[in-house]
Amino acid sequence: MASLKIWLIRLRPIIAALLGLSLGIGITALAGESPAHVVAVLVKSALGSPYDLGMTLFYTTPLVFTGLSVAMAFQCGLFNIGAEGQLAMGALWAAVLGIVMPGLPGFVAPVFAVLACILGGAAWGAIPGWLRAKRGSHEVINTIMMNFVSAGVCSYVTLYVFRNTEGQNPETLPIAAAYQLSQFSSFGGAPVSWALILAVLVWAGCIVFLRKTRLGFQLMSVGENESAAEASGISSPKMRILAMAIAGGLAGLVGVGEVLGNAHKFKMGFSADFGFIGIAVALLARGRPEGVLPSAFLFGALHKGTADLDFETTHVTRELALILQALVILSVSADGLWDWMNRIGVKKRTGKAAS
Amino acid sequence: MHLKKFGFLGRVASFLVLALWTSLASAGGLNGVGLKVGMVLDKGGKDDKSFNASAYSGANRAKDELKIQYKYVEATDDNAFEPLLRSFAQKDFDLIIGVGFAQAEAMAKVSKAFPNKLFAIVDSDVKGANVRSLMFEEHEGSFLMGAVAALKSKSGKIGFIGGMAIPLIKRFEMGFEAGVKHVNPKATVTSNFVGVTADSWNNPPKAKELALGQFNNGVDVIFQAAGASGSGVFDAAEEKKKFAIGVDSNQNWMKPGVILTSMMKRVDISVYETIKEVAAARNAEGKLPADFNKTFAGLKRFGLKNSGVDYALDSHNQKEMSADVKKKIDDLKGQITSGKIKVPDFYTAKAGKK
Repeated sequence: MASLKIWLIRLRPIIAALLGLSLGIGITALAGESPAHVVAVLVKSALGSPYDLGMTLFYTTPLVFTGLSVAMAFQCGLFNIGAEGQLAMGALWAAVLGIVMPGLPGFVAPVFAVLACILGGAAWGAIPGWLRAKRGSHEVINTIMMNFVSAGVCSYVTLYVFRNTEGQNPETLPIAAAYQLSQFSSFGGAPVSWALILAVLVWAGCIVFLRKTRLGFQLMSVGENESAAEASGISSPKMRILAMAIAGGLAGLVGVGEVLGNAHKFKMGFSADFGFIGIAVALLARGRPEGVLPSAFLFGALHKGTADLDFETTHVTRELALILQALVILSVSADGLWDWMNRIGVKKRTGKAAS
Repeated sequence: MHLKKFGFLGRVASFLVLALWTSLASAGGLNGVGLKVGMVLDKGGKDDKSFNASAYSGANRAKDELKIQYKYVEATDDNAFEPLLRSFAQKDFDLIIGVGFAQAEAMAKVSKAFPNKLFAIVDSDVKGANVRSLMFEEHEGSFLMGAVAALKSKSGKIGFIGGMAIPLIKRFEMGFEAGVKHVNPKATVTSNFVGVTADSWNNPPKAKELALGQFNNGVDVIFQAAGASGSGVFDAAEEKKKFAIGVDSNQNWMKPGVILTSMMKRVDISVYETIKEVAAARNAEGKLPADFNKTFAGLKRFGLKNSGVDYALDSHNQKEMSADVKKKIDDLKGQITSGKIKVPDFYTAKAGKK
């Protein structure tokens, strides 16, 4: 009995998410569309063929990184709205490396490029982290402002330094062949590369780091209670800067899938707001890295699935994705609300209930 | 709990079965006679009052007049073009039209993968045995705008405001400047660009700021090629009692008396004509002639000659485009179409310069 209850509690976010989804799809009936048809279109478009599944996984990859980015910052009590700018910097660094050092041998080139992604993002994330830790200016303001600075830097470098004059698109020159990750052939040509495997590994790494290492514990302590952490000898400014650098580095890894695995160049505006959808991914995962992987997959599937709505249905457009995202997040947070009401209403709390 | 879960799964399953039936039923209806055209719009979407809107209206006209079947989608991001084009190609769409140069790469890939389908792309040159590229001679139209600006300017200072410094907009700028200099070699052209991000096409306040700056420096006519940002230029011109020139669609109506004329880029005509050609070539069974690809594929240019680009004249700008101005412009137009005047083209000039 007790174990069933624990399972129920653990499954509650999933049940809540399903509830939100059903509610959102139910809304389509109001628009005069058969909800069943909408579900069929969504599922078919997201998972219907190897190519469709590949595109879903392709969109899932950046969302795992940005979701982790936001979640890791959450764990240290920080709200990172700057993943959009950080991912662009990571991608830009990788592209620049791939352009200026074409001679790197094939086996180290991708490794260096991945490091460039991490460093580019981490440097960009560490700045607001430092400002928060040392100057007390709030990271929400700083990270969002850094997004604009990032866009400016990226467009300068793209348009005036490494401009690809061949095409119309504002994009850089292509990176050298040694840097390019091969794409898996089993997805019918969808650009699924090693970035997906990397995303899963990084996801596992984040969990291990946070839950099993001393540094991870210190980071979480600052997030849970700053003064208690300080009292036990943890430097909260250091942890804050570290957390933001980690968050930035994670976001920067989006560049791996895009620059190394797909476009082979930096395209301005390549991100479909992945940095911001990452916030939703992390919220659905309730701010914990553990839930980011399934949550990112759901959002990736929604992003791909709703694209086909425009021509498969007459009344419902791809904007349904936004409604679904909103309702899923709402119902998952309402689940937390239920928790909270339980706690204040019934003064009976188990260790698990608070989680 | 278990019961509830089964209930949900059961519902999902019944949904799926139902959906299968409904989709089968609708597919049966769609397989009827008539050409099926799919269109993938750029991220701006069909309400951008610019080239997406124009392509959309061209396809709608084809739907009304030619009784074709037509569906459109708007892309969510640059990586969405390929799956969307593929989706159309996998279904029984005969002609798939991509709007905007951003989907050139995706179009090249997908058209190769589906050699039995017809593709068309607006604003880009994609090579392929089954692809038609619809390109516009923006520099020719811009040349005429430059001539109008130089004729109407009293100060000899003329302005250009572009959305972003991309080759396409540079092409507008270069043609415009050539037109100005052709009429008044002493006139100067000041250029500004709204920004460096995609937001540049939708930032009227910034465009207004730039326009006010130019007007304050003595500029009295501004040509804008800045998408939805252009309305900011019109506002500034109205405020300063100066002139502006519209772009892409006929924008004369937006501020009569302020807008001298508009350089129209008839994406709608190019889309409509393409659809019409395919529709006309089909026989009673809906089959195309075996060698149709040969006549269909390739680059189709739309310039002053075939009214693919033109200047707008209507009741809103009759006063500004007086008879003698109109005569001079039509004269220049004739000289361009006859080849007497060669308008410099950024696309070809670029190769020589850089």
